[in-house]
Amino acid sequence: MSDAKKFMYINRKAPYGTIYAWESLEVVLIGAAFDQEVSLAFVDDGVYQLMKGQDTTEVGIKNFSPTYAALGDYDVNKIYIEKESLEARGLTLDDLQHLVWEDEDEDWAEKDSIRVVTSAELAEIFEQQDITLSF
Amino acid sequence: MSILHTVNKSTYERDTLEACVRLAAKGGSVLLIEDGVYSAMSGGNKSSVIENAKDLSFYVLGPDIKARGLSEDRLIDGVKVVDYKGFVELSVSNDSVTAWL
Repeated sequence: MSDAKKFMYINRKAPYGTIYAWESLEVVLIGAAFDQEVSLAFVDDGVYQLMKGQDTTEVGIKNFSPTYAALGDYDVNKIYIEKESLEARGLTLDDLQHLVWEDEDEDWAEKDSIRVVTSAELAEIFEQQDITLSF
Repeated sequence: MSILHTVNKSTYERDTLEACVRLAAKGGSVLLIEDGVYSAMSGGNKSSVIENAKDLSFYVLGPDIKARGLSEDRLIDGVKVVDYKGFVELSVSNDSVTAWL
């Protein structure tokens, strides 16, 4: 579609403490349903949104982390994690969910959705977007 | 006089914990809840806020670390995990509670 715009969603908040992370995810899924080109960036405390093994049974809040795994089915497969934010928190890619998508053009081959990028690389990616929404 | 301090913000996003640690009297207790629990993880560049505060006792709320996918094995040495019952016990065993936001 020629009128598809490039949307970037910047996620900077930890999940559960505030509603930003969940709201962002809902907006992302809506945008993707309209066939827009969607990218996500996780920076600062936003990297915590993708932590593996979240279990909210004792806090009485819905665990929305499994929903990130569905992003690939919505053709949301450009998920950028800022390297500096991970490192500052003592985290590595192994601490995060493994998100994948299936490439229709390569016989549904499963590919990684997450790319760890530096601040400088992310700045360039941001420059290429039509619309940027920050959560 | 003993005070239980609660902190519910991540030290990577706000300076709440730093303010609490600076202004808490020696011997005080600090309970990290909600997004405050991220501050109790070892290996980060803000882990030193807790590591350097030797005169305070630190606790984290177990249900909040589980919710966030954090592992007890990676807590900073000396940080104790409490459940909701432990939260109540800390509240009553101290003279007052100060909530840092």
